[in-house]
Amino acid sequence: MSTVHAAKGVSSGATEVPERPFLSVENLSVKFPTEDGLVQAVDGVSLTIEQGKTLAIVGESGSGKSVTAQAIMGLIDRRTARMSGQVWLDGQELMGLPMPDLQAIRGSQIAMIFQDPMSSLHPFYRIGDQIIEAIRVHRSVSKKQARKETIDMLRRVGIPAVERRVDDFPHQLSGGMRQRVMIAMALINSPRLLIADEPTTALDVTVQAQIMELIASIQDEFKITVILITHDLGVVADVADEVAVMYGGRVVERATTAALYLKPEMPYTLGLLSSIPRMDKEMDRLDPIPGNPPSPINLPKGCVFQPRCAYWERVPDDLCKTTRPELLATVPDHMVRCHLEPEVRREISASVLSVLSGGRS
Amino acid sequence: MVGLLFLLSLAVFFLFNLLPFDPARLTCGKVCTPQLLEQNRHRLGLDLPPWDQYLAFVRGIFFGRIYAPDQPFPIVCHAPCLGYSFLRHAEVTTLIARALPVTLWLTLGGFIVWITFGVVGGIVAALRRGRWQDRVLMTVALFGYSMPSFFIGLLLIFFVILQLQWLPFPSASAVQAGPFANPVKFFQTMILPWLVIAILNAAFYVRLTRNQVLETFGEDYVRTARAKGLPERTVVVKHALRAGLTPIVTAAGLDIAYLMGGAIITESIFSLPGMGSLSVNAVTNYDLPLITGVVLVAGIFIIAMNLIVDLLYGFLDPRVRIG
Repeated sequence: MSTVHAAKGVSSGATEVPERPFLSVENLSVKFPTEDGLVQAVDGVSLTIEQGKTLAIVGESGSGKSVTAQAIMGLIDRRTARMSGQVWLDGQELMGLPMPDLQAIRGSQIAMIFQDPMSSLHPFYRIGDQIIEAIRVHRSVSKKQARKETIDMLRRVGIPAVERRVDDFPHQLSGGMRQRVMIAMALINSPRLLIADEPTTALDVTVQAQIMELIASIQDEFKITVILITHDLGVVADVADEVAVMYGGRVVERATTAALYLKPEMPYTLGLLSSIPRMDKEMDRLDPIPGNPPSPINLPKGCVFQPRCAYWERVPDDLCKTTRPELLATVPDHMVRCHLEPEVRREISASVLSVLSGGRS
Repeated sequence: MVGLLFLLSLAVFFLFNLLPFDPARLTCGKVCTPQLLEQNRHRLGLDLPPWDQYLAFVRGIFFGRIYAPDQPFPIVCHAPCLGYSFLRHAEVTTLIARALPVTLWLTLGGFIVWITFGVVGGIVAALRRGRWQDRVLMTVALFGYSMPSFFIGLLLIFFVILQLQWLPFPSASAVQAGPFANPVKFFQTMILPWLVIAILNAAFYVRLTRNQVLETFGEDYVRTARAKGLPERTVVVKHALRAGLTPIVTAAGLDIAYLMGGAIITESIFSLPGMGSLSVNAVTNYDLPLITGVVLVAGIFIIAMNLIVDLLYGFLDPRVRIG
C-alpha cells in the first residue's frame, strides 16, 4: 500500500493513510483504444459512499455509469482498456490488486446485479447450481450445506416453491424471477457492497417496483452499501441517499437526493428532471433534452454538455466552448460542474422547477 | 430417419445401377458369346426390370438373397445382404465387415488426437488472443488446414519411417487384428495415420474453438461468472466454452461420420485396408455392388451421426430438451 500515492485533492499524511469513506473512487479514468480512436468512457470520476448508504449514479446511455461500476468491480479487461485512478474499499485499494486477490473480493465483498437477467444467468446450468458455485468458490462448505443456504436465500428473495424452483433452468423462469435469482446470487456471500447496474431496466413496469422494493428491504436487512445505477430519476428518489449525475464520462452534479430534486443546479440535471413523466401534474408534453449525447471519441473541447445546453450563452467569453468546468462545491455536499454563476444557476433552476410543478401561467 | 434411409438406398441403388456399365459384360471373361452374356445377366439378376432389381436388393438386406436359384450353382448372400461382388467373389457385407474396423480405429484415434489438440489449442489461442501464442497457433492452424493430406502423409513417411527410422513400415495385418492382438505393432502403424487426420482436422477445431470462446466471452453470463469471483480457468472452461460447445459438437459429429465412410487418401498412403481403400478399389474395378454397398454404409453413418448430434444437443442445452 505504501507505493500508492494519494490522489489529487486528498491530503496525504506522512505515514498514515488518511481516513477514507467506506468506498472511495478517486479520479477514475477508463479509456478504450479502438480503431476509430480512443474512447473516453470514464474521465476523472470521483465518488464516495459511507457504509450502509445508497448512492445512485444517474445518466443517459453512454454516460459512463456502467463502465464506472464495472471498473469498481474490476470487470474491465485490463489488457484492452487503459485505466487510471484508485478504488478504495474499506481501506484497501482495488485497482492495483493482482487478479487472484481481486477474484477473492469479487462475489464475496462486492457483488453485482446486472441489467438483463435474461442473459446474465448461464442458460445451461440450473439456477441452484449457479448459486452453489458462487458459495463454494469463496467458502469451503459442503455441497449439501451450500444447497441449503441457496434454498434459504432464494426463499428470502421471494421465489415461490423454492424446493422445486432451485433445480430449474433459467429459461423456465420469468424475467422478474431471474432477477431475484441474480439478487440471491449476489447476496449469498453477504457482500458489503452491492452494485446494481440498471436492475429493473429490462423488466416489466409492475415487476420493476417489486425488484426495487426487494433491493431496498435487503439493504435494511443486511446493512449493505449500495450503488444503484439507473437512467430513471423516478426510481432514485425513493431509495437513494445521494445522487451522482453523470454525463459524457464525468460526474456533472453530486448532491443528496433531496437537494438534487429540490435545488438542482446543473442544466443537464434540470433536463433530466423535465423528462420524467408525471401522473400527479397536468402536463401538455414532456420536455426532452434536445440533441444526443456526445461521441466518447470526439468529446467537445469545453463543457461536454455545452452543445445541448440552453444557457451557455449566458457565460461570458464563450467559456463553455473553450474550457472544461471543474466539479466544485456550491454549498456543502453539493458539487456542480458548470461555468454559470451559482446565482444564475439557481435562478434558472427555480424557474424551470416552477414550470414543472404546474405553475404554467 | 427411416424415410431418409429409404431415400438413401433408392438414390444409391439407381445412381450406380443405371450407369452405362454392364456388369454382366465385366464378369463375362475373354471368350464372351451373346449366350454367355445373357446367362451372366440372368445370374446377376440384371434381366429384371430396374424396379424389381431394387426390390430384390432391399429384400436381400432384410432376408438375404440367392442369385439365380434356378442355376446349378446359385450364389447365396446372407441376411444383411448389400449385394455380391462378382469380381471378388465375396459378399459385400463381408468385405465391409473386414474394412470397417480399420476405419473405425483410424477415425477413433484420429478423433481423440484432433479434438484434444483442437480444443486445447483453441482455448489457449482465445486466452492469449493477440499475443504470440495466439499468432503461432493460428499460423500453424492455417498451415495444417491448407496442406493436402497426401503431402503431410508422405512427409511423415519420408522423415519418420525412411530417414529417422523411428517407426517400422505400416502393417495392415496388425491393424486388421485390432489393438488387442498386438498393441505395439498396432500403435506403431496407426500413429502416423492418426497424426495426418489430426493435423488436418485439429487446425479447423483450433479456429472454431477460439472463435466460440471469444464469442461467448462477450456474453453477460460470462461477466456474471467473473463477478462471482470465479478463477479465469473456470470462467473459460465451465462457462464460456460450455456455452460455445454446440457448434463444436456438430462439426465433430459430421467429421466423424465423414471419416467413417473412409479416409481415402490417408488409407491409401499408409496402405490401410479400410473403407477408403475398399471404395477406391471398387470404383477403379467398376465393382458396382461393392460401390453401392460402401456408399450406402457411409450414408448410414452420416444419418446416424446426425441423429446422435441432435440427441447430444438436448444433452448439452437444456433449452432444447423436450418434456
